Amino acid sequence: MLALPASADEARRSGYDFMSRATRAMQDEDAANTGMLWVKDGEALWNGKAGGANRACADCHGDAVASMKGVATRYPAFDARMRRPVSLEQRINLCRTEKQKATPLAHEGPDLLALSAYIGMQSRGMPIAIVMDENTKPFLEAGRETFNRRQGQLNLSCAQCHEDNWGRKLAGNPITQAHPTGYPLYRLEWQGVGSLQRRLRNCLVGTRTQAYAYGAPEFVDLELFLMWRANGMTLETPAVRP
Amino acid sequence: MARTLITFPANARRGEIIEVKAIVAHEMETGFRHTQLGEAIPRDIITHFTCGYNGVEVFSATFYPAIAANPFISFSTVATESGTLSFNWIGDNGFSVTETAAISVS
Repeated sequence: MLALPASADEARRSGYDFMSRATRAMQDEDAANTGMLWVKDGEALWNGKAGGANRACADCHGDAVASMKGVATRYPAFDARMRRPVSLEQRINLCRTEKQKATPLAHEGPDLLALSAYIGMQSRGMPIAIVMDENTKPFLEAGRETFNRRQGQLNLSCAQCHEDNWGRKLAGNPITQAHPTGYPLYRLEWQGVGSLQRRLRNCLVGTRTQAYAYGAPEFVDLELFLMWRANGMTLETPAVRP
Repeated sequence: MARTLITFPANARRGEIIEVKAIVAHEMETGFRHTQLGEAIPRDIITHFTCGYNGVEVFSATFYPAIAANPFISFSTVATESGTLSFNWIGDNGFSVTETAAISVS
């Protein structure tokens, strides 16, 4: 069974704690963190006008350093009109289509990754703070159910590796506790920045499970559960992972 | 878009050894891979990096197909006089990126 985050604080470890010194050094210093390339792109996009409304993110939200501080710690967050939680990427696209009258950005495309990395970085160092209330609870529970459900040809649940066997090795790599503390992050294996959903796809394909489409409700629910499970842990965006 | 990250101290004392760090965005295709149909994917890498200090080359590097994407270069030089540091990456398919940044030496 899953322990409540509040009571398991000491036991919880970020993926950072499992990394080599060299990879940690990359994350620790902005001048060496390749993810900062995406952050820099994101800043340019934030200030650039787009869409039929010819409006930039900054025209409504002002300076992201102030207005976006802490925002990424609360996502996925419940959206009243969608009547379900939306991920940070979906929120950016909602803003684009409704306020900027622009076409939505492609999931895992460079622009959406850049913007979410830039917004995410404004919350770096802050504790993750997902709210569980009557709105989010059913979706969070659906995510928990996915996390604990055996699936795929290997018939494995997320929990079997990341709860029962964290700290051990899988093909030479440490099995982490699956706390999404630094997304979007620069992954050396990808040679680029990717979202949490891309990382989840990675695990699903590894267990030979049919992966959900990017932005699918199942993915957002799982993301919501994982972020809630990491409540109180420090956000590291843009993190670096091996 | 923003495709480089360059870091070094903007102010330095004369004779001080300064550390310069530079990252450039590049996908790096080795030239050794093939498509599913067996066609070779042509090489597309950065082949050369130089750093000039007021026009004088202070550091250069040659890259080969094993170079990682978005390479990070770190080197040191001696702060001799105020001026500009220029950074130039050149590679396959006419790839060329040049950046300059000012340094003040007292």
